[in-house]
Amino acid sequence: MSVKIRYFAWVREKTGKAEEVVDLPTGVVTVADLVAWLTQRGPEYAEAFARPGVVRAAVDQTHVQPTASVAGAREIAFFPPVTGG
Amino acid sequence: MSVRVQSEDFEIGAEVARLTAGRTDIGAIVTFTGTVRADNKGSAVTGMTLEHYPGMTEQELARVEAEANARWPLQASLIVHRVGTLKPNDNIVLVVTASAHREAAFDAAAFLMDYLKTRAPFWKKEVGPDGTGRWVDACESDERATERWENSR
Repeated sequence: MSVKIRYFAWVREKTGKAEEVVDLPTGVVTVADLVAWLTQRGPEYAEAFARPGVVRAAVDQTHVQPTASVAGAREIAFFPPVTGG
Repeated sequence: MSVRVQSEDFEIGAEVARLTAGRTDIGAIVTFTGTVRADNKGSAVTGMTLEHYPGMTEQELARVEAEANARWPLQASLIVHRVGTLKPNDNIVLVVTASAHREAAFDAAAFLMDYLKTRAPFWKKEVGPDGTGRWVDACESDERATERWENSR
């Protein structure tokens, strides 16, 4: 399954990219699975996701928990806790 | 009800006038404006860049606004949030709530700001006097301020 992954703020800076399209391996079922899979793709990903639980996720532009499914997702985003307002 | 994300500045009086033009059912208008401080927890701030997640930002703001309208009898509401490069004293965010009576307008404005700060996908990067940028850390007290509303449902 092909999905667009987007990165924001310091997650974007650490991964070195704002977005990419990846083919998800069959074992990747949840957001947490996706984080684990991304983390072993290279040191820049390992650095971006180094602090467990800090990076937040959205599936199709809705906030989700790490246990959320990625099945059928068109766009998955990773970002730090928000700091607007 | 409306939300806007824009790089341009906003003019509070003009926004309120536009929101309430011709309305005779409004007895209370509350506005909140967030601005850039030149100091953050003891560190000097000479500029700020606001990044956001286009699409999701507007959806989250609209969701927060709908939640406020479900909780309080609001006649009108508006959220304007700026993105891009800002400097100290610049406007960042405007929340306007209008109701028949003041209590709903005050409470809804506080609710909108609390929710916006923990839900809407914006990220601030401050620049110091030496030109180095630093991402602003999320604030624990903002999280608690939001939880206050969840416990009062």
